[in-house]
Amino acid sequence: MVWLPVVRSSVFAVLAIGVFAPVPASAQASPPPPAEEARQAQAEVDRLRQELAALREQYEARLAALEERIKTIAAGPPTPAPEPVLQPVPVQLAGAGSSKMFNPDIAVIGNFLGVAGQNKNSDQPALGLNEVETSLQAVVDPYARADFFLAAGPEGLEIEEGFVTFTSLPAGLLLKAGKMRAQFGKVNTLHAHALPWTDRPLVTQNLVGGEEGISLSGVSLSRLISNSALFLEATGEAFYGDSEVFASPKRSKLTYVGRLRAYRDITEGSNLDVGGSFASGPSAGTPDVPAFDEDDSTRLVGFDATFRYRPLRRAIYRRFLARTELVWSRPRSAGLWGPTAFGFYGSGEYQFARRWFAGARYDRSARAFDNALVDEGGSVSLTFWPSEFNQIRGQYRRTNYGDGVKANEFLFQILFSIGAHGAHVF
Amino acid sequence: MKSFISHSAALLLALAAASPALASPPKVITTTEDLAALAREVGGDKITVESLARGYQDPHFVEPKPSFIIKLHDADLLIVIGRELEIGWLPPLLTQSRNAKIQPGSPGYLDASVDVRILEMPTVQLTRAMGDVHPSGNPHYWLDPDNGRTIAKSIVRALSGIAPADKSYFEQRYADFDRRLADAQKRWDAAMAPYKGTKVVTYHRSWPNFTERFGLDVIGYVEPKPGIPPSPSHTIALIAEMKRQQVKIILVEPYFDLKTPEAIVREAGGKVVVLAPSTGGVKEASDYIKLFDYNINLLTTTFKQVLGR
Repeated sequence: MVWLPVVRSSVFAVLAIGVFAPVPASAQASPPPPAEEARQAQAEVDRLRQELAALREQYEARLAALEERIKTIAAGPPTPAPEPVLQPVPVQLAGAGSSKMFNPDIAVIGNFLGVAGQNKNSDQPALGLNEVETSLQAVVDPYARADFFLAAGPEGLEIEEGFVTFTSLPAGLLLKAGKMRAQFGKVNTLHAHALPWTDRPLVTQNLVGGEEGISLSGVSLSRLISNSALFLEATGEAFYGDSEVFASPKRSKLTYVGRLRAYRDITEGSNLDVGGSFASGPSAGTPDVPAFDEDDSTRLVGFDATFRYRPLRRAIYRRFLARTELVWSRPRSAGLWGPTAFGFYGSGEYQFARRWFAGARYDRSARAFDNALVDEGGSVSLTFWPSEFNQIRGQYRRTNYGDGVKANEFLFQILFSIGAHGAHVF
Repeated sequence: MKSFISHSAALLLALAAASPALASPPKVITTTEDLAALAREVGGDKITVESLARGYQDPHFVEPKPSFIIKLHDADLLIVIGRELEIGWLPPLLTQSRNAKIQPGSPGYLDASVDVRILEMPTVQLTRAMGDVHPSGNPHYWLDPDNGRTIAKSIVRALSGIAPADKSYFEQRYADFDRRLADAQKRWDAAMAPYKGTKVVTYHRSWPNFTERFGLDVIGYVEPKPGIPPSPSHTIALIAEMKRQQVKIILVEPYFDLKTPEAIVREAGGKVVVLAPSTGGVKEASDYIKLFDYNINLLTTTFKQVLGR
């Protein structure tokens, strides 16, 4: 019975205010003659006494009534466990007040990352809370929903994504507007905590915008192309803003992304998911050579394929996923096309027990503006899930960089989430 | 800007292919096979029905496959179990379905749990330290035939809303189902009556409505907490408790590993029974009434063997 002390303390609060509040008030008034002052003070004190007595009586009566009710409840016959009532009001809603029912789903995901070993090309800290992602997700109205993902990292707080999705458009259309990860391939659309590795592949680092990826402000329109054979989805996007690969120098310079995705179930437990992506926009240049002409552009072409196997009867114990992404990047400067840089990765992930996953990845990618420099690497990883809200991963990574640097590293990650994080898209 | 407009126009043209035509009869999509079976009972040949999950699949962990998006895109009515059973996979599918008719709050969205009897409503503040608990009560409520009847009634209401011309057809089919279910219930109750109060252990908390309806007493779970895999210490404690209370039966869903339950019965004696938690969970449980026929028959046969009565 939480409210009883509350009632009691409010009685004392009322008493305290009643006693002390008038004193400073009368001290501030202009000084009347002493006899008059004494009489007025006496009258005031008498009035307050009466009010206090009335209040006390009132509260004592209420307290007595409440205590009587508690006694009755406590002394009630020890009935067997009550039958669950039909349609009981959910407890958390009963006391929460209706406004809280409309609060968005809130979740916070911590990404704690450690690294050991040598890598002259990396400044990753030995231990760090690499990212804290806060998500706020809810339905806006009958026509739309909103998703916000705020990422706090060593570089500060930024909006990783924040967009509205119009879910009730005609003709199989889905429109998103806001800041979002571009639908270029697979890895670019995934948040760090949803990756099957502790890092992003070399091809993403070199050609598709590094750790941040292509995440810009704009609109995304996609449509289901109805047919009986397979799931086919076409997406077109237009963005303004800066990333490591595209940067808009003026309003008329936008980045355009297009994607066609095809998916088909092979059996009830296996399926194939392939996609082709295209992106074209004003070039961001490189950190070493940022002064580019505003007409310089970059064109990316990507292909991705994913095979998944998850037997339905053993879905919580076994699954296998194989994925590859190939990316071609070509800069255009002063009206001339530069050389194409190519990169890809191939990876596999196998769940061999309810909480255990093993994975491997092979990486190879040229650098965007110097395709003679080719970085190559490989990783193996082991992941343990204490629960679906907590994940511990170790990854051994070996990289031979095109500039001659060789790196051997062990990465360690703990991902932990609290709150209600919306389910991920497939 | 000009290039943006021309690009956008080109994009819209490229995307504006033929719109999907509304198929008649009404297309009903359900999340589980039990809901599909009940919709089939009342909808008959005036509707088409398809379930996303299979009856032998753990309904908490269904993959949100794009092939489901196509099914949802064309649906006139979506029936869900609710109580957060599908929270891990249905919401992104609904967003991507591009189908305003079946969004929550629309007449084409039916939460089958609205009028049913829900058990295990939390009475304390929940935390995930309790495991994967359901804040809106236990969602395995379809395993009480009375709830099945209530769900069928809700489906009649929803179907009558989207196909008013067939209202009396749906009502007539409901009346027929109601009668057949009532007859079957008498049969099941009679078969289970001798075993009222029999103590059992279950793997997950999937069976409270079933065990309550048929008078079984669940004294423990193979999972230490909902959704948390068996741990050695919990298993040892469970074996001791089963020995102390003379419990001889462990009920398991077909999607759980039998290793731990079988190790437990080797120690404590008794038998592991793999029941069908849903229609379609086994071949014999091909509709809602046959689901109970199968489970009751399997249970009574096992009780006779193990308890010798």
